[in-house]
Amino acid sequence: MLSTNTHILFSEFEYHAPTTVNEVAELLSEYGDSARVMAGGTDLLVQMKMERRRPAHVISLQRINELHTITQNGALTIGAATAIRALDQYVTLNHPSLGARLESLSAACNLFSSVQIMHMATLGGNLCNASPAADTAPVLLTCDATVTIKSKTAEKTVPLADFFVGPGKTILGPNEFVTYIQIPLPAQNTGSAFRKISRVVADISQVCAAVTIVRDGNIVQDARIALGSVAPVPFCAEQARAALVGETFGPELAEHVGNLAAQEIKPISDVRATSAYRRSVAFVIVRDALMQAWDNCG
Amino acid sequence: MNPKLISLTINGSTHQVALSPNTTLLHALRDLGHTDVKSGCEKGDCGACGVLIDGVVVNSCLLLAWLAENKELVTVAGLGTPDKPHPLHKAFVDLGAAQCGYCIPGMILSAKALLDQHPQPTDEQIRESLSGNLCRCTGYVRIFEAVRVAAQELGSTLPE
Ligand SMILES: Cc1cc2nc3c(=O)[nH]c(=O)nc-3n(C[C@H](O)[C@H](O)[C@H](O)COP(=O)(O)OP(=O)(O)OC[C@H]3O[C@@H](n4cnc5c(N)ncnc54)[C@H](O)[C@@H]3O)c2cc1C
Ligand code: FES
Ligand code: FES
Repeated sequence: MLSTNTHILFSEFEYHAPTTVNEVAELLSEYGDSARVMAGGTDLLVQMKMERRRPAHVISLQRINELHTITQNGALTIGAATAIRALDQYVTLNHPSLGARLESLSAACNLFSSVQIMHMATLGGNLCNASPAADTAPVLLTCDATVTIKSKTAEKTVPLADFFVGPGKTILGPNEFVTYIQIPLPAQNTGSAFRKISRVVADISQVCAAVTIVRDGNIVQDARIALGSVAPVPFCAEQARAALVGETFGPELAEHVGNLAAQEIKPISDVRATSAYRRSVAFVIVRDALMQAWDNCG
Repeated sequence: MNPKLISLTINGSTHQVALSPNTTLLHALRDLGHTDVKSGCEKGDCGACGVLIDGVVVNSCLLLAWLAENKELVTVAGLGTPDKPHPLHKAFVDLGAAQCGYCIPGMILSAKALLDQHPQPTDEQIRESLSGNLCRCTGYVRIFEAVRVAAQELGSTLPE
């Protein structure tokens, strides 16, 4: 179905600007399905202009300071409303030592659209929008990230791997929202990398891939491989991973694992790329990301 | 959906405007006469609607005007006047960087945000800063050169 951009927000809504997470939980418990949380609005406002969503209540997270902060104690705890640009700056400035280990995260932030969008778009919005093409999702999957979900009555922390249900769908109930995303600090001998193919740099991925490798001498001690835009949800390439862990690393192995990843994904053809194209570039970017992640291992 | 009286500070002057929550900053600004802020794609792709908010460049088509309350907004007209143009204005004119001109306000504001942060940007940084601004006319070469020239000009007038 083609929907047109109406250019203005036709739909009428009541706007809420709470200053605490408890107020958000209250509002969601009161308005449920008729409400929508808004972080940066870069997805939501486009969807509303195209009349794909018509929330009667919009709950902005902009004024909730704690959701814009990043703290560190064994894990990075990132407020859900942290902008992509702010996250990138935090990692680059405060964690030069983590640089190579979290290179996948910096790279995904850097390749995220344009400067304007990087300032507006948030990490929580990227995940909660649940686009199969969300750039940070594969990265966070390979970092074993968790998300903290809150409602008026409960709070829980779940692995990101359990968060996505389908295109645009997550496990979030109508009364729930995401408060934090946690990334365990990777060990010394970890390296990561991210690769993205898009029509122009400032565009949404046709395919993207993230890799994390834990290195023990010449052996791959542990690894994660995840891809975006290749399945209904951000995709963990488990068969490829199984062929990598425990092996002696080298270009042939990277090639072989890249091939396995390209075989196990389930890409579709859409406006951005054909399924066949996605499969062939998936092989290339997984292979290249593996080589780079290996180089990045301390 | 009740309108609220919002105070918007645009290019140094403050206006009280009654706006309903579904008004984007883009249309609030244009309705106030700031038609130097352009409406292009309306979905974040083209950068024609660029505005500086507290020094940061954002696309005003994807921002509710209520969120801009009590912030400093700057449009391209706020950078200088025909008598006292900003070095970016001057460089864009001198190099013939504009054709139809529609994209130029957004381009200049993206460049301004860059030069405020990196007075001596690398070519790579210039390219990155302009990557969210689409131009259908020029092919970008002169726009890129104009930002370089303005950076040199600003650099030579910077206090040591
Ligand atoms: C021009 C353009 C270029 C883009 N380029 C890219 C790109 O390169 N890569 C990419 O991955 N994406 C891209 N996007 C998509 C978008 O910018 C990202 O998905 C962004 O991270 C969304 O964040 P947001 O804060 O703007 O989300 P919003 O629009 O505020 O929210 C998105 C959805 O998530 C929900 N939500 C937000 N926060 C929460 C929360 N804390 N709890 C529960 N629900 C929540 C909202 O209700 C909404 O349904 C692009 C978008 C545009 C307009
Ligand atoms: S009109 Fe806002 S980005 Fe195109
Ligand atoms: S000069 Fe016409 S769009 Fe750029």
